[in-house]
Amino acid sequence: MKSLEELRAIRTKMQGKVGVRAENENQIRVVVGMATCGIASGARPVLTAISDAVQEQNLSEKISVTQTGCIGLCQYEPIVEVMEPGKEKVTYVKMTPEKALEVLRLHLLGGQVVTKYTLSAAQNNKA
Amino acid sequence: MYRSHVLVCGGTGCTSSGSQRIRERLEKEIAANGLSEEVGVVKTGCFGLCALGPIMIVYPEGTFYSMVQEDDIPEIVSEHLLKGRVVTRLLYDETTKTDKIIPLNETNFYKKQHRVALRNCGVINPEDIDEYIGTGGYEALGIVLTEKKPEDVIQILLDSGLRGRGGAGFPTGMKWKFAAANDADQKYVCCNADEGDPGAFMDRSILEGDPHSVLEAMAIAGYAIGASQGYIYVRAEYPIAVKRLEIAINQAREYGLLGKNIFDSGFDFDIELRLGAGAFVCGEETALMTSIEGNRGEPRPRPPFPALKGLFQKPTILNNVETYANIPQIIVNGPEWFASMGTEKSKGTKVFALGGKINNTGLVEVPMGTTLREIVEEIGGGIPGGKKFKAAQTGGPSGGCIPAEHLDVPIDYDNLTAIGSMMGSGGLIVMDEDTCMVDIAKFFLEFTVDESCGKCTPCRIGTRRMLEILEKITKGQATMEDLDKLEELCYHLQSNSLCALGQTAPNPVLSTLNYFKDEYIAHIMDKKCPAGVCKDLLQYIIDADKCKGCTLCARTCPADAIIGKVKEVHVINPEKCVKCGACMEKCRFDAIYKE
Repeated sequence: MKSLEELRAIRTKMQGKVGVRAENENQIRVVVGMATCGIASGARPVLTAISDAVQEQNLSEKISVTQTGCIGLCQYEPIVEVMEPGKEKVTYVKMTPEKALEVLRLHLLGGQVVTKYTLSAAQNNKA
Repeated sequence: MYRSHVLVCGGTGCTSSGSQRIRERLEKEIAANGLSEEVGVVKTGCFGLCALGPIMIVYPEGTFYSMVQEDDIPEIVSEHLLKGRVVTRLLYDETTKTDKIIPLNETNFYKKQHRVALRNCGVINPEDIDEYIGTGGYEALGIVLTEKKPEDVIQILLDSGLRGRGGAGFPTGMKWKFAAANDADQKYVCCNADEGDPGAFMDRSILEGDPHSVLEAMAIAGYAIGASQGYIYVRAEYPIAVKRLEIAINQAREYGLLGKNIFDSGFDFDIELRLGAGAFVCGEETALMTSIEGNRGEPRPRPPFPALKGLFQKPTILNNVETYANIPQIIVNGPEWFASMGTEKSKGTKVFALGGKINNTGLVEVPMGTTLREIVEEIGGGIPGGKKFKAAQTGGPSGGCIPAEHLDVPIDYDNLTAIGSMMGSGGLIVMDEDTCMVDIAKFFLEFTVDESCGKCTPCRIGTRRMLEILEKITKGQATMEDLDKLEELCYHLQSNSLCALGQTAPNPVLSTLNYFKDEYIAHIMDKKCPAGVCKDLLQYIIDADKCKGCTLCARTCPADAIIGKVKEVHVINPEKCVKCGACMEKCRFDAIYKE
């Protein structure tokens, strides 16, 4: 170890990983439906894609990516729910890893709900 | 990259309740479910709630599973890790009291805790230096070596108000200042990890859970006083701690955080381990250094103090594990941050090892000034079986008892000394109404008699004479003159012993005499043990009105001391009775009592 910069580079590299173990109530929670219905329609790659991206970008202290059981809307799986403290829950449906990364970029980082992927959009299209 | 981390406690407590097997099974099941790429298993240090081990936490959810058995693993993996359905039956029951699962930090056990020395314990993998660096580790050493002068470091410690966590509470900054002021061709930094108080295990948990924090602090100390060599004196009875220290030292050397020219600053520092064979006296600083030198671990008179002539006759500082664990945090967050916690003269936090008659046995870290009541009733979850609190013992064989009347005293160095106990290393043993205080004093004296090194007469012979008097008392053979003699011996040992072992050995007797003299008198005058502990003063008696003559007690008695025929009242023969209490436990009619 020759400099503080060298040390801090290791720290930055590790922060995403260790940050997964952070606990605070101000975290944005991203929940992926991982019941049989979700897994069958491809929830696992969605979950890993978001989780990896969050850690790679050192966001794991701010954003927690977890899974949950069946949400009850099996025809819309894979479902990703985004819960920000003090804001209404946003439900994204029929997710793919690519769509999920878009949500991460536009919604979680940009603050812009990606309306076209939401549950209400999907329901309106049907109607 | 893992989306989920499963932390399994690898501290001594959980290891002994089988966490090693649980971790292996977990890895197997995770592989069987095809989750090896997604879920990582991390072996950590102690979480603190040892009573509920083996313990497992799943992140990012922060789900806290307690008392996990090997057979529970398939369910946890297929339900929780794969499908995201928490296995509620295994949750720590404090988190499920309401409909909603509450976070761990809001449970009574963790709510009032404030983790500084234990901040990484149960959070990181102690065998991976990268994880320590990921939580800000070695930042303090880097800052010190590249931006601060040695005297600045000492000033930061002085300003922080940090006092030694080993027991006596000497200001750490002062100790360093003395050693820095003495010129020598070689100086040493030592770490006292010879944790010997019965019931204390905070140093072990820090070494097991966060060994790098101690290494980092020792290197900082080396820079501050001008030493290039450090020694950690650790008990050989702590195999997990020793192993993790070895791994940590090797990793730090590989990264160049120990060794030559650290951070390109021209500063060299290395650390070696020395294993102690478990003699209590080696926790005393001069004895510890004598033992490192390879000699028999015996204390020597002070002065000269180690800051002038310590290890190998060179200026030396010796600090306790917990003291060191605080130091990197003080450097990074500033002395004001540290001084903002605690009381006027005792800053920061203190780790206590909770043991004895208490529901949540384990390790807790609270700000100085927290009351004993908060620790026992709120964090500790009270006393099992609805029994009443009688006293708490702090400071081990050198400390004393705190009775119920002092439950609301804010705990810090000076307050504990004022009420006749001491901080000690932080063992806190809770005693309920079934505890005999004379018996407790006897227990600690037996310990000091065993552990007295024998070098000085007051300690070698004095402790033995004291123990003999205590034995007489518990056998009901003592007189009131014996009691006076006991007290006189206490003062004699305090003022004439060579080292702290003998000087403080009378404390358990003096403090129980102070607060529970009536119990001593009951043993001597009435030949009774009020708590019903001292066997020689006890008698088991069968109540003739209640005995149905079922013969169960007679069949249970291991000494054949109970006589009686079927459907006739039974009688205990006191000559044969060994007072084990087995008959009383077995009797279905509550017909047997003791007095």
